[in-house]
Amino acid sequence: MDTHKLLNNIVLIFFLMFSVESFATADLKLMHMKVDLSDQESLQRGAKVFINYCLSCHSAAYMRYNRMGADLSISDSVLKENLMFGAEKVGDVMSISMRKEDSINYFGVVPPDLSVIARSRGPDWLYTYFHTFYEDDSRPFGVNNLAYKDTAMPHVLWELQGIQRLASKESIAAVYYDPSYKDFLELVSPGTQTQEEYDRTIRDLVNYLVYIGEPIKLKRTKMGIWVMFYLFILLLITYMLKKDYWKDIH
Amino acid sequence: MSKPIKILTGLRDWIDARFPLMKIWNEHLAQYYCPKNFNFWYFFGSLALLVLVIQILTGIWLTMNYKPSAEEAFASVEYIMRDVNWGWLIRYMHSTGASAFFIVIYLHMFRALLYGSYKKPRELLWLSGMAIYLLLMGEAFFGYLLPWGQMSYWGAQVIISLFGALPIIGDDLSLWIRGDFVVSDVTLNRFFSLHVIAFPLLILGLVGFHILALHEVGSNNPDGVEIKKNKNAEGIPLDGIPFHPYYTVKDIVGAVVFLIFFFAVVFFMPEVKVPGTQGLFLESANFIQANPLQTPEHIAPVWYFTPFYAILRAVPSQLGGVIAMGLAVNLFLLLPWLDRSPVKSFRYRGRNYRIALTLFVISFLFLGWLGLQVVTPLYTWLARFFSVVYFLFFFLMPFYTASDKDKVVPDRVTD
Repeated sequence: MDTHKLLNNIVLIFFLMFSVESFATADLKLMHMKVDLSDQESLQRGAKVFINYCLSCHSAAYMRYNRMGADLSISDSVLKENLMFGAEKVGDVMSISMRKEDSINYFGVVPPDLSVIARSRGPDWLYTYFHTFYEDDSRPFGVNNLAYKDTAMPHVLWELQGIQRLASKESIAAVYYDPSYKDFLELVSPGTQTQEEYDRTIRDLVNYLVYIGEPIKLKRTKMGIWVMFYLFILLLITYMLKKDYWKDIH
Repeated sequence: MSKPIKILTGLRDWIDARFPLMKIWNEHLAQYYCPKNFNFWYFFGSLALLVLVIQILTGIWLTMNYKPSAEEAFASVEYIMRDVNWGWLIRYMHSTGASAFFIVIYLHMFRALLYGSYKKPRELLWLSGMAIYLLLMGEAFFGYLLPWGQMSYWGAQVIISLFGALPIIGDDLSLWIRGDFVVSDVTLNRFFSLHVIAFPLLILGLVGFHILALHEVGSNNPDGVEIKKNKNAEGIPLDGIPFHPYYTVKDIVGAVVFLIFFFAVVFFMPEVKVPGTQGLFLESANFIQANPLQTPEHIAPVWYFTPFYAILRAVPSQLGGVIAMGLAVNLFLLLPWLDRSPVKSFRYRGRNYRIALTLFVISFLFLGWLGLQVVTPLYTWLARFFSVVYFLFFFLMPFYTASDKDKVVPDRVTD
């Protein structure tokens, strides 16, 4: 019928034009990482990294310790003994004691709250960011970053990763660090972790940040499958009902 | 008759003696005759009603925990997402519902363009529908400020500043809307009030008007044939079937299909992160709390406003852009009088209208896509081109519809 032909043409033309334009938006080159929220051990390791390295300057003021405990199978006693520094009750949110005036003195800015950082920055950006600190004497903390130029943050994980420096200055504006550009950043002095171990640490941390960005994400998709299952059965029943009512029309 | 049935019938009769219960039931459902040939496009009216109910119900529950203050708004949304039981589901249903509303309404309007549903005697029906659409745009605009993220804030800042482009009254008008020199706590409070009370009341009232107007003139259909012209001895249209039970059971199937798509978004992809976008339903920049001192690199309105935003940006002068945008939205109001063809449905229209409508739809979709992109010279010229096509659809309509080689319309519906 004509309606369908018309619609087909519209859809086809739209997508043809769409695909032509898609290459134009590739101005950000980020390393890619596959987020895996089903890996609970990774999330637990990520929690440890987060609490040890991030949670002294950054808060996660919408995230409660016991919510994390319940979601990641961490008991209240383990929470209290190993993961809660400066918080009293397991129901507390992950706040920090650093005052805003002090952090402006230290860093020039207030370190952002990290509760939903993975939702605004995206996991790939975070993954790239943690990988691409490099030595830069012109910066207050002696480091710069490829994903976030002139970042105010020191390379907190340098002990683990070691110290990197730029390998070829010409390409600095051209591309971000990418595993296929191995010569772009080079390790000057190794850290306590090998490159593979450090990569795993960062994956754990990013996984964890994605989790605290939306804790319900762990359960949401599983619930969704049941909802779909229910709706399809409902569809079958309502369709049969409709068929039955309409059998004498026409 | 069994005893419970007897009691219920008695109750019904008691009410009916005091209130036109059965009269309303019959006039609007059991004896409201619809053409029997409704197709896919006729689901979107009842679906719009369903989305309205979803938005009102989830909105009531969101309001129980949301705090309309610049200090607390952002945190209260995260509180809903984490600490309120099922708060995340209610919030995602509301955010998905906002976009779903526009999808359903745009398809509902497109149906009217396909089958000439705005034409006599349905002009007032069309105008009331357009009024609902305009109110819905306001409702969505006010609602988008409430999460108090960066995109909420700067989107509102940009749109309100557009009013500032109007001569003489512009500055005072935008000041009056904001209630402050910049978007602030004051603005958030009044937008909250408009979003949860004023506009929903107006929309509900107009939806009632829209349905009454529809039931007065009767529904159009894919053939554009007036079924009231062919009635049997009892005065029932030969091609008509009662809305209840036929279209109630049919619309329930449509509603379930809709809910499958709706909940697929809610549960599996609430942001609708299409590559190359920040997220079509929930933008990533909106997960950063509003900061009046820091402008985001790229401010784009939510997808349902982008065709008009692209037109705004396509015009070199700001005032010209605002006028073009206003015109683009409001030209739909004139459709019943711009269209000179005696034929309603595009099934029996000539080639002119079919081509015009196809070009219009392509322009609308393309402008919508362009409105999401960062401006480049090429995109600006494309936006100008499609804006011209968009406007020509309306401006040339009296001519190409009057001279169209329409076909013969059958007396009765065909399928």
